[in-house]
Amino acid sequence: MRVLAIESSAVTASVAIVTDEVLTAEYTMNYKKTHSQTLLPMIDEICKMTDVDVNSIDTIAVSVGPGSFTGLRIGVATGKGIALATGAKMVEVPTLEAMAYNFYGTGTKQIICSIMDARRSHLYMGMYQFGKDGQLETLHDSDQLSFEEVCEICNKQTAPIVFTGDGIDAAKDYLSEHLSVEYTYAPAHLRTQRAGSVAMAGIVRADKGEYTDAARVKPDYLRPSQAERERAEQHG
Amino acid sequence: MAKEDVLILAIESSCDETAAAVVKNGREVLSNVINTQIDIHTLYGGVVPEIASRKHIENINPVIEKALTDANVTLDDITAIGVTYGPGLVGALLVGVAEAKAIAFATKKPLVGVHHIEGHISANYVENPTLEPPFAALVVSGGHTHLVMVNDYGKYEIIGRTRDDAAGEAFDKVARAVGLGYPGGPKVDKLAKEGNPHAIKFPQAHVDDSPYDFSFSGIKSAVLNYINECEMKKIEINKANLVASFQNAVVEALVSRAMRLVDERKIKKLAIAGGVASNSALRAAMQEACAERNVEFYSPSPKLCTDNAVMIGSAAYYDYCNGVRHGYDLNAVPNLKLGERI
Repeated sequence: MRVLAIESSAVTASVAIVTDEVLTAEYTMNYKKTHSQTLLPMIDEICKMTDVDVNSIDTIAVSVGPGSFTGLRIGVATGKGIALATGAKMVEVPTLEAMAYNFYGTGTKQIICSIMDARRSHLYMGMYQFGKDGQLETLHDSDQLSFEEVCEICNKQTAPIVFTGDGIDAAKDYLSEHLSVEYTYAPAHLRTQRAGSVAMAGIVRADKGEYTDAARVKPDYLRPSQAERERAEQHG
Repeated sequence: MAKEDVLILAIESSCDETAAAVVKNGREVLSNVINTQIDIHTLYGGVVPEIASRKHIENINPVIEKALTDANVTLDDITAIGVTYGPGLVGALLVGVAEAKAIAFATKKPLVGVHHIEGHISANYVENPTLEPPFAALVVSGGHTHLVMVNDYGKYEIIGRTRDDAAGEAFDKVARAVGLGYPGGPKVDKLAKEGNPHAIKFPQAHVDDSPYDFSFSGIKSAVLNYINECEMKKIEINKANLVASFQNAVVEALVSRAMRLVDERKIKKLAIAGGVASNSALRAAMQEACAERNVEFYSPSPKLCTDNAVMIGSAAYYDYCNGVRHGYDLNAVPNLKLGERI
């Protein structure tokens, strides 16, 4: 099995190739260039460097959100285009779940709370824990919550929590003031979106047969567009 | 398929149509698939960029697959991938650009980025096998109003452009003001047929320092003022006369500038393009003005006037033949200038 993983939900652009049990290549960049300019050249580069023929990729795992609407669409369209051309299967990976996979295989029993900045004192949040079998369990599915709601959910947990994601920068002050449970913040290298983790989450999902037809793969924005929100408010 | 044939798979997503087509040698349409989102945007009275982008990503693969199936070809038969990379809505453009680049990468085929307006102009090549540059072109749509000299394939010289609203934008705004709804162009065209185009005199806006530039915000404001005045004086508006007179003012502005160019440069061929090129009054007036001067007049059929990928496939073919190639770092350029290559 050879997996190409794509992650472009936020500032980080990251691509990876996992061949069977080997992380063949991973290329992650935090730079001012847009994903439109970086993502495909990065995929081209890792394929060339590792002599991977794109036709040998059988599965494409894409981080589908939440995150930047435009960033998500660039990653998803890139995956869909390759799948259309090569016939590779696709797996949709929730971005927050992929971030929890940064801790996959570490044996941690902590609760992993992935948070991304959703602006206006809100976070995109997902809560996970690796069970006795080492497999990921979802305690709270990807959601858009206020700082207050995140603290409420966290304060009900009995195991220590480790926070990961750029939501830490956005909510740090609020969290430290309102959390009454044991918690830590993940170190820098475990805190960012990484395509290697998208690949691992994708492999687990693929093993369960959780593929999505490439034609139907789309971002999971967790948030309607502003025009739709305003229209819904006007029309009750 | 002859070996020297060039087949372009073209993709267009600059506004609210997700479109793909296969075009042979720049002129022959093998398929033309368009998924329009018009019903969704009608709810909002105009195109909502974020909604357009969301629809593009949902529709793009089926649209491309249908274009290949309808043409009875596979990606193996395709010579190059053409895609609109500007001008347009950035989020919408990016879906087509990312998809096209990924297909080009995975198939190892050349990638050709296309200017949307150059596409509109090229729609004329598709239905007029004998049309060759040089010729004058008037591009009128909801987002663009350009008077252009096409000096050669892929060589454009901008002669005039709008300083404010695009002609189609003025149609949309006037249609909204008189309660016709969105999209305004076809509705104004239809109602104008029942009205007197000389009933109300709207001002012809001239741009001081350029005889070829357009301005439509003045005409639009005059229409809105007229409506307000009538409402204040409690005079019932004859909507058909109003839109016919408005349309006449816009058509006169377009025809007079195009004819000035034709006369000054002694041009023998004129083509129109873009969504507003399907307006029946504009077509008739252009046809007549060209006939008076013994100038050949070209216009695409209405289905190739509005956004489509066939026109992108035609433009991409001539760019491909001229050696234009884009890299995998091709970005959407929302304000791309005509004739510019990034």
